Amino acid sequence: MAEFFRKLFGNKSKSSRANQVNSVTTAPLSDHQIESIISSQSVQYEMQQLIAASGQSVGKQREHNEDSLVAITATLVGNSSGIPFGLYVVADGMGGHQFGEVASNAAIHVLTGQIMRKFHSFLFSMPTQQPDEPLQEIMESAFQEAHRVVQHEAPGSGTTLTAALVVGQQITIGHVGDSRAYAVYPAGRVEQLTRDHSLVKRLEELGHLNKEEAANFPHRNVLIRALGQGEALEADVFTVPFPRNGYLMLCSDGLWGVVPDQDILRSISDAPNLHRACQNMVTAANIAGGPDNITVILAQMIG
Amino acid sequence: METQSITPPPGEESARSRRQLQAGITLVDRYFIQEVIGVGGMGSVYRARDLHFPNVTKLVAVKEMLNIAPDPLTRQTIIHNFEREANILATLNHPSIPRIYDYFSEEDRSYLVEEFIHGKDLEAIISDTPGFLPEEQVLTWAIQLCDVLAFLHSHKPDPIVFRDMKPSNVMINSNGDIILIDFGIAKTFQVGQKGTMIGTEGYSPPEQYRGEASPAADIYALGATCHHALTRRDPRLEPPFSFGERPVRRINSRVSSELEAVINTALQYNPAERFAGALEMREALIAAGRKTGALSKIATTSIAPSGGIKPIWAFKCEDEIRGTPLIYQGALYVGCYDNNLYALNAADGKFQWKYPADGGIVSRPAAYENNLYFGSEDRRLHVIGARTGKIVWTYYTEGPIRSSPRIAEGHIFIGSDDHALHAVNLNTGRSVWQFASADEIRSTPFVANELVYFGCESGDFYAVDFRGAMKWHYQAKRAITSSPIVVGQSIFFASIDGTLYCLDARNGWAVWRFRLGKGSVSSPALADNFVFVGAADGFIYGVDAQTGKEAWRFRTEHQVSGSPVIYRDSLYCGSVDGNLYCLEYRSGRERWRFKTEAAITGTPAVFDDIVYIGSTDHQVYALLA
Repeated sequence: MAEFFRKLFGNKSKSSRANQVNSVTTAPLSDHQIESIISSQSVQYEMQQLIAASGQSVGKQREHNEDSLVAITATLVGNSSGIPFGLYVVADGMGGHQFGEVASNAAIHVLTGQIMRKFHSFLFSMPTQQPDEPLQEIMESAFQEAHRVVQHEAPGSGTTLTAALVVGQQITIGHVGDSRAYAVYPAGRVEQLTRDHSLVKRLEELGHLNKEEAANFPHRNVLIRALGQGEALEADVFTVPFPRNGYLMLCSDGLWGVVPDQDILRSISDAPNLHRACQNMVTAANIAGGPDNITVILAQMIG
Repeated sequence: METQSITPPPGEESARSRRQLQAGITLVDRYFIQEVIGVGGMGSVYRARDLHFPNVTKLVAVKEMLNIAPDPLTRQTIIHNFEREANILATLNHPSIPRIYDYFSEEDRSYLVEEFIHGKDLEAIISDTPGFLPEEQVLTWAIQLCDVLAFLHSHKPDPIVFRDMKPSNVMINSNGDIILIDFGIAKTFQVGQKGTMIGTEGYSPPEQYRGEASPAADIYALGATCHHALTRRDPRLEPPFSFGERPVRRINSRVSSELEAVINTALQYNPAERFAGALEMREALIAAGRKTGALSKIATTSIAPSGGIKPIWAFKCEDEIRGTPLIYQGALYVGCYDNNLYALNAADGKFQWKYPADGGIVSRPAAYENNLYFGSEDRRLHVIGARTGKIVWTYYTEGPIRSSPRIAEGHIFIGSDDHALHAVNLNTGRSVWQFASADEIRSTPFVANELVYFGCESGDFYAVDFRGAMKWHYQAKRAITSSPIVVGQSIFFASIDGTLYCLDARNGWAVWRFRLGKGSVSSPALADNFVFVGAADGFIYGVDAQTGKEAWRFRTEHQVSGSPVIYRDSLYCGSVDGNLYCLEYRSGRERWRFKTEAAITGTPAVFDDIVYIGSTDHQVYALLA
């Protein structure tokens, strides 16, 4: 799966580089200038739609990739106006041997399968039918099922799991661990939507560590809640509006723990499109040493 | 009340006190001065009665500022600045900040009319308490002070720095909550006085003496205030900035080391070493409180109402009042089961007129441009003049009307037991369209996003556009009598199936559902990030709007069929047990209850600090909020 994405991304970034060369020969403007011209002309996409891209890298210091990701964007527009639909998931596995990979891989497959099954008749049947269950209950039960399967398939291991289900203009987020979901606003604001279930965050909340101590805390990677760990799983599930004129970003700690918010913003604002933005962020994390696997998903609502 | 470190020139003090207003004077024909309640550098503070409420004693605090600048241009600038500041203050909406009602200037004085706080200031509490104040008490107040400071510091476009945090500027009201008084508005009257210092020596941080006022200065002063409250050592009597030499626990060993550490951080000499903001200090206080268990003690300290609640007035109709009052242009309008719509003077409850319909009125009237609109069980939508009670027009439906009208976009939207939602032209009274639903519509429509939202007795919930075409539809398991409320992208309503629903307002997808103990006909209210609703199991619930998880529940002694109303930091809700409850909406803690003689099924109306409620004991009551 990861190999597949890497192939996909290798190609995309090559082709966009070619575009960049073309634009330089035809007009002496940087990508950034072109972007600002385009945005000042404010292109109106008549059809509202969700678009997304993702990026992943094993990093510079690990041999295995224990991160997994899912990015499903569905645009079905017929005579009835389609509702934007997307499911984006990041999981960062942990545990000895190769169980970390197994855990994150199992988690994303089970979670995605559970959720998509419930949306099948909405997306692919006629007449279309909304699921009976509320979105938050769908998310909650998919987490429980993923938890059960990971416990069974990869005992002793665990994984973070951050999932964002976009239906219309709202995002229902399910979250366990320290992968993160962000709302990124191009004006320069990066708002963390999820709360890390990590030891360092907990100590910070309890007032035992200040911001600086937290930044230098030696056990930054210790989780206090993970999928597959413990008997009962308590996932954070909540719904927020899709960031207006902004982006939804999901990533693993291989990105947020390494690349500062300002550089993340710059990677996005400097890129001509979403897949380049993802690649820029992955590159930034690798330049910063790439200590861990890196995964990022960016989604945007246009129109 | 404005304390300063400057000493007025000799002789001036006596001149000023000579110019103090005498009790019995009325300002601008409205504020009857009762007595001086404080004297500050720039004038006095008076308790006054607002004569616009002739039959209720509505008290206000009138703060006077003398304009002593000699030159007329400067005086004009001062008045201009004062008005600008008063306008900013008037927009601040926070439970810990007194409300500004009015301001005006007369000759050489300007006045600010604000909420009168029943209570005692913290300086008086510290000196009147024998021994030390309990740690959990100081902790609760400190957390509330952080809340209000965070609110001020995050004010847009410019942060507001309070500048003068000290015990005498903190009032503790009769609920035991803090109110920050004496905003530095008086400082606009100090231009031209060389070396003037705002802020009170002893509580202010070092940098404020260099003329810098920043949020970090308020944090320091809050630390100093807590230090004073816990140690009873007045910092004005100590060498400046000597808190480090007398840590809290050396004076009061019963204070926990956790709380002492928080206060020490706030009192750091270097602003960069203090908390980065009021919210960060608040978090630290809460963390300290959790660790020592002080916070759990607070939750159980409920302040009992002193001597019971007495109504300002009560008015008796001829039958049960099941509907909800409307306050409009100084009058209260309420429908009654005796088929009449009553108009009363909101200030004193005096009868003005009544309008007879041919059926009971169980809904809430709506008002628009001097007309009142309401439905009756006589199947009609009545439109009458608000002042005269004379009929303007009526509109017939084919069933009794129990839904309340909603006026929007030149139309009246109202449901009827004839299963239809009626859109009626506001001016002509003609039907524009009717939308046929599956069953009786008793819920009140809500208009937002260019859609009309309403539920019906079959459990169907509809979103209909302004042409009467259905945009989406949602099916609950049983009747939806509860009226929906839309906030942002979410719509909330309850159902007889025992569920509080949160749907996506644009497409009708269910976001979450919250299980109530029993069915509900109560309509939800919202504040901050909470949804509030009552249910037949007798509880009033507070639910997190984002996650659909319970925040608190409050047990009444019978079904809750009425709906909660939020006003400032309180929730008001009636119960079939006959009580009107006032709860603190963030915690669900009871503040007071008022017993009527029979079940309450309607919803209160709150206006200008007065709660109005109808009861099936045939009476309407007005109570101080």
